[in-house]
Amino acid sequence: MLNINKIEENIYEVPMGYRPGMRVPGRIFVSEKLRNMVEQGTVDQVANVATLPGIVKYSMAMPDAHLGYGFPIGGVAAFREEDGIISPGGVGFDINCGVRLLRSNLDSKSVQPLMNTLIDALFEAVPSGLGATGRLHVSDQQLTEAFLSGAKWAVAEGYGVEADLAHCEEDGHMRGADPSQVSVKARKRGRPQLGTLGSGNHFLEIQRVEEIFDDAIARKFGLFKGQITVMIHCGSRGAGHQICTDHLVVLSQAVRKYHIDIPDKQLACAPLGSPEAVHYFGAMVSAANYAWANRHIIAHWTREVFERYFPGSQLDLIYDVAHNVAKIEDHNIDGRRMKLHVHRKGATRAFGPSRSEVPQAYRDVGQPVLIPGSMGTPSYVLCGNDRALELTFGSACHGAGRVMSRSRAMKEFTGRDVKAALNKEGIVVKATSPSMLAEEAPQVYKPSDEVVDVVHNLGIATKVAKLVPLGVSKG
Amino acid sequence: MKPFEYLEHTADVKFRAYGHSPEEMLSNAAAALFKSMVDPSAIQANETWKVKLEAPDLEQLAYNWLSEIVFLFETESAVFSTFTVRLQQDGSLRLEGEIGGERIDLKRHAFENEVKAVTLHEFQIKKNDVWCIQVVLDV
Repeated sequence: MLNINKIEENIYEVPMGYRPGMRVPGRIFVSEKLRNMVEQGTVDQVANVATLPGIVKYSMAMPDAHLGYGFPIGGVAAFREEDGIISPGGVGFDINCGVRLLRSNLDSKSVQPLMNTLIDALFEAVPSGLGATGRLHVSDQQLTEAFLSGAKWAVAEGYGVEADLAHCEEDGHMRGADPSQVSVKARKRGRPQLGTLGSGNHFLEIQRVEEIFDDAIARKFGLFKGQITVMIHCGSRGAGHQICTDHLVVLSQAVRKYHIDIPDKQLACAPLGSPEAVHYFGAMVSAANYAWANRHIIAHWTREVFERYFPGSQLDLIYDVAHNVAKIEDHNIDGRRMKLHVHRKGATRAFGPSRSEVPQAYRDVGQPVLIPGSMGTPSYVLCGNDRALELTFGSACHGAGRVMSRSRAMKEFTGRDVKAALNKEGIVVKATSPSMLAEEAPQVYKPSDEVVDVVHNLGIATKVAKLVPLGVSKG
Repeated sequence: MKPFEYLEHTADVKFRAYGHSPEEMLSNAAAALFKSMVDPSAIQANETWKVKLEAPDLEQLAYNWLSEIVFLFETESAVFSTFTVRLQQDGSLRLEGEIGGERIDLKRHAFENEVKAVTLHEFQIKKNDVWCIQVVLDV
């Protein structure tokens, strides 16, 4: 039994004293059913984060919480500017791993018969999988531009349109990038990979809007029942992984230099304002921008494929969210306005109508919150509420959350079985390494509807639409 | 002494690698990292890569060594199956490694995972009867 206390429905507390050195309690947002799927190690990780200097209110875990490294996956923590820290353990290696959702003007009936062809064409158009390099050959100067201005750079290069930018978190380019803090190694990994999907749980999916929960907001987001949507899930590729690796080494030294006691080496960090913290932030933002450029380019190629098979079709960007990132945000804490460094690791923003960061088009309802399912299970679109600011610094979960380890998945399923099972349900799957499909079998994830219901019931974000997969292209 | 063993971890790959010397432990850790991705018996070590690294202590050197292998795997598009490590202490700790492998051929190399990075989560080196390193990989 986990040593956590129920505070109210869907909210559990990790009490002070769960481990020595906690500065604040922990909060885990789960239902009774999900609580039983949370590993002891995840609670330990929530408690570990609670020991970091300058942490505000609670060390949190979203309903999809599971064991990670450093922070748990689904971890959210905010740190005061005056005495707080920044830690790559709260961001992860895949900096700005995120999700973008495009809505089409097509109906599933017209697209379904072409699904095999369409997935083959997307698989061809968007390089994916291990060792894949992009169709792009960017120069060092162009790579620097991508680090500096993300999707904005991509639009200037002819990918996507200006209007897309207003439908991305941070307008697709976060301020504060410092490419001089990106190593030669990170550039070497990142340069050939711009415009690639990657492997693991990353995917490009054609979906059908299966159910609308909130008509008014769905109209606002341009969603209707039976509509075809496209979801892209990927991040900053080798560039982000190497940036995190490089700065983790520096920050491991920084904890000694600044005498910070950390319970886990992956929580290596530096005081905000210190050179080490400033350098990491500048490099992290560079990777975040790279990821927005990456998703933008992939979306552009996706549009080209749709145009080929459905001339005149439109794929408009609904929204693009980051779910592995640290942000500087203003929050009201106990009646005081404070500047906080909010870390979201496997957690997405869920800002309501009161926040100026929400795009103009959605300002009266709140931002779209995109929660991808695993391969073969439904994804959800929600709408951020102001209630989230009180509960979770305006954050929601980022997916379903794993429940079974990769090694056990490999023992229990084969890639071929998984593919056959999905085909039986009418889902077309194409993957570079079919053997890797096993570890992404739908059964290794928590039920996504249960996770989403917790977010909805807590009032963090309101359910708007349910999307089901029709075709998946994977690494 | 077994060279290495994998432990249970929900989202990632966790292993312990052993050695009668720090050199042997580092060589076995590299083998464990690579075996989590692809079956080593499918790899022909017909090409060699050399690395030189330096760090203030063994733990950081071990982290740099494993991270270097991930870097080479990705930038050289190569898979590796043999790892020889030499250590030298003169002020800082120096490592000279020789890595044998070949370029990726997806027809022969069936990947089970792709290692993105080496984490420092629960990263530790211990010396009891033998040397032991514990590592969690982000996959």
